Amino acid sequence: MTVEAKLEFQASTAPKTGADLLIDLLVNEGVDTLFGYPGGAVLPIYDSIYRAKNRIKHILFRHEQGSIHAAEGYARITGKPGVVIATSGPGATNLVTGILDAMMDSLPLVVFTGQVSRSVIGTDAFQEADVMAITTPITKHNYQVQSLSDLPRIVKEAFHIASTGRPGPVLIDIPKDISQQISYEETSEVDFVLPGYQPTTKPNPLQIKKLAESLTKAKKPVILAGAGILHAKASKELTDFSVKHNLPVVNTLLGLGSFPGDHSLFLGMGGMHGTYTANMALYECDLLINFGARFDDRLTGNIKQFAPNAKVSHIDIDPAEIGKNITTHIPIVADAKEALIELQNQMQESPNHQEWLTTLMDRKEKFPLWYKSSGKEVSPQWLIQALFKVTKGDAIITTDVGQHQMWTAQYFPFLKPHQWITSGGLGTMGYGFPAAIGAQLAAPDQTVVAVVGDGGFQMTLQELSVIQERNLPVKIIIVNNGALGMVRQWQEVFYKDRYSESLIPNQPDFVKLAESYHIRGMKVESTEDLVSMLPEFISYEGPILMDCRIPMEEKVYPMIAPGKGIHEMIGVKP
Amino acid sequence: MKRIITATVQNHSGVLNRITGLLQRRQFNIESISVGATETEGISKMTLVVEVEDEQRLEQVTKQLNKQIDVLKVSDITDKAIVSRELALIKVSSSSQLRSEINGLIDPFRATIIDVSKDSLAVQVTGKPEKIDAIIELLRPYGIKELARTGLTAFLRGHQPNVTELTSYSLIK
Ligand SMILES: Cc1ncc(C[n+]2csc(CCOP(=O)(O)OP(=O)(O)O)c2C)c(N)n1
Repeated sequence: MTVEAKLEFQASTAPKTGADLLIDLLVNEGVDTLFGYPGGAVLPIYDSIYRAKNRIKHILFRHEQGSIHAAEGYARITGKPGVVIATSGPGATNLVTGILDAMMDSLPLVVFTGQVSRSVIGTDAFQEADVMAITTPITKHNYQVQSLSDLPRIVKEAFHIASTGRPGPVLIDIPKDISQQISYEETSEVDFVLPGYQPTTKPNPLQIKKLAESLTKAKKPVILAGAGILHAKASKELTDFSVKHNLPVVNTLLGLGSFPGDHSLFLGMGGMHGTYTANMALYECDLLINFGARFDDRLTGNIKQFAPNAKVSHIDIDPAEIGKNITTHIPIVADAKEALIELQNQMQESPNHQEWLTTLMDRKEKFPLWYKSSGKEVSPQWLIQALFKVTKGDAIITTDVGQHQMWTAQYFPFLKPHQWITSGGLGTMGYGFPAAIGAQLAAPDQTVVAVVGDGGFQMTLQELSVIQERNLPVKIIIVNNGALGMVRQWQEVFYKDRYSESLIPNQPDFVKLAESYHIRGMKVESTEDLVSMLPEFISYEGPILMDCRIPMEEKVYPMIAPGKGIHEMIGVKP
Repeated sequence: MKRIITATVQNHSGVLNRITGLLQRRQFNIESISVGATETEGISKMTLVVEVEDEQRLEQVTKQLNKQIDVLKVSDITDKAIVSRELALIKVSSSSQLRSEINGLIDPFRATIIDVSKDSLAVQVTGKPEKIDAIIELLRPYGIKELARTGLTAFLRGHQPNVTELTSYSLIK
C-alpha cells in the first residue's frame, strides 16, 4: 500500500518526460501489453513503464526476437497491433527477423527502438545502429522522431498505418534525449493527414460484375482463400458465398481457418505440400478466384504451369500484389469482405459445374493425405490428428518451421478463423514458441499449443522463463526427430542421402530442461505413451512441455519438387 | 523499354533512400534520377528514367512506388506530350587555338562555354538526352576531361493533344 502511494506521488509531481508522453499515447491507443527488453537508450521509457505499472503491462522476454514473435502471435489473435520495445543497436538488430516476418505475413506491429541522442547520431556512438536504413526495406513505414512535438502525430500515424489497408510493421526510432526531455505536449486529439496513404477498400462494382458474370459461366471454378480473408474478418461471408453457389475452396498455408477445414467443399491446402485435389483444382480450373492471397511461389510451383487454362480474378487490398506473379484478368482492389458482399449482391445465377464438383469429390475420396504407420512408434501425422481429437479442434495452434509445420497444416482441420499461427512468408525457425506466448497473452482462457521441431525450439527456448514467470499455460509439443527434419528430407530426396549438417542427435534432455525452469515435462516414446499422456497434457492447467519422439525417416508428402508444376506432385496416395 | 516516370513525394528525410532502395531491391534498372523542389513547399518531384522488360514490370514499378507512404502520385509520362530536359557540364581539353573551332561546333546545340582555362574549357548544354549524347560524341575527339549530367527532369505540356488514351495503370479507376 505504501509503495503504491509513493508511486502515485512520484507520477504526479515529477515533471512529465517524452517517455511519459509516449506511455500516455500508447494507453490512448488502447495498448494493454508491451513486448520488450530494456537497455541504455530506452532507460527513460522503462522508467515511465515502471511508474505506469498499473496502466500498461510489460512482458519481459529473454531475447528481443522472442518479444517480437510474441507480439506477432498477439496481433494474429487480436487483430490489433502488437507493440514492441527494444533498445538501440543490438536490441534493434535482434528485432530484424521478426520485423521482416511480420512484413511478409502482413501482421500489424508498432515497434519502438531506442536511439542514441540526437547530438551523437552519426558518430558511431555506443550502441548506435542505423535502424532507419536497416528497416526501411522491411517495414511498411518507419519514423525517426526528430522533435518531441512530432511524437503524438507519429504514434497516431503508426498505429493507423500498421492496422489498416494491408497490415504490416511500422517502426518508430526514438533518440534518448527526446524520451528524457521534459514534455509540455498534450496527448489530446492530434490530427494527421496521410495523402500518400489511402487504401482502397470498396471494390469497383463494374469489376465485380465482370467477375459475377464469369463465375456464372464457369464450368470449373475454384476459390483460393488466403490470409486476406482473415484480416478482413470475412470468413463468414466467404463460407456463405461458397456454400450458396457450391464453390470449392482451397486455402493457402496462412489462410487456413478462413474456411471450415471439415467442410465438404474444402479441398485442403494448396501448394508445395498441399493436397493432390487442391493442387489439381488449381491446375485444371477455368476460373480462379483469389481472395487475399499473394500467389507466393510455395503455392504456385512453377508459375508457367500454374492454372494454365484459367481466367484469373485476384481480389487484394494491396494493388501491388495484383499481377505481380500471375497474369490477372479481373483485378479487384478491395477489402475481401466488401468484395464478397458486393459479389454476392451481383450474382444472378450460380454456375453449372456439377461435373467438376463430382471430379473433385472423387479425387478427395481416392487421393486423400496418407501415411504409413508402424503402430508402435509415434507417427507425426497421427500425433497431429490426436491433438485435434483431444482438443476437439478448439485450440490455438502455433508452429515453428519445418516438417512438423507442414504435418500440422495438413492434419489439423482448422474449423474457425484465428486459431492458426505460423510463419509463412519468411519461414522463420524459432517463431512458434514465442508466438504461442503472445497468443496466450491475447487469449488467456484458450488452449494454446506450440507444435515445434527439436531444431527450431532450440532457437528461442529461453522464453521458457516467461511462461514460468507468468504462469502462462502454453503447451509445447516438441516433434522430436533428432534432425533438422525438413533439411534432412530434402537431402534424402534431392541430394542422395548426403546429410550435411542436418542430424542433431546430440540434444538436451528436454524434460529436464523444462523442469529446470520449474515447468512440467513429459517424454513420449511410443503411440501407447501418447495415448495415455496426451489428454492429461492438454488438460494440465499450467505450462507444460512434451518431448515426443518420432522416427527420423518420416517425410512430408505429397510434394511438388522445386521447379515442377503444381500438377506434378510426388508421393500422392497410390 | 525505356520509360519516364515522375513521382511526387513528401519531402521527408530518407525519402530518396526509400525510392532508390525499393527500385534496387525489386531489380529495376534506373538510368537516371533527378530530384528537386516543386511549387508546393514540402513536396518534391522525382523524375526517373527506368529500363523495364515489359508492361507487367512497368505496372509493378509504378505500383511499388505508389505503395510508399511518402509518395503522393506516380505517373508514367513517356507517351504524353511532355517537356523534358537534362543539363550536362562537359570539360574538354582545349588549347586557345582550338577554342573557336569548338565554339563553332557547339553553337548549333545552343550550348555555352562557361569556364575557360589554359588547357581546357567547360561547356554547358541543356536539352533532351539524345541531344546531349550527340554533343558529347562530337566533343569526344578533343578529349573529355570531366563530364557531369543531371539526369532527366520533365513535366507535362500545358496542352495535351486529344490523342489515343494511354494505358492507365490504376486498377481503381
Ligand atoms: C532461422 C532459420 N534458419 C534456417 C532455416 C532453414 N530450415 C527450414 S526447415 C529446417 C529444419 C527444421 O528442423 P526442426 O526445427 O527440427 O523441424 P522439423 O523439420 O524436424 O520438423 C531448417 C534448418 C529456417 N527456415 N529458418
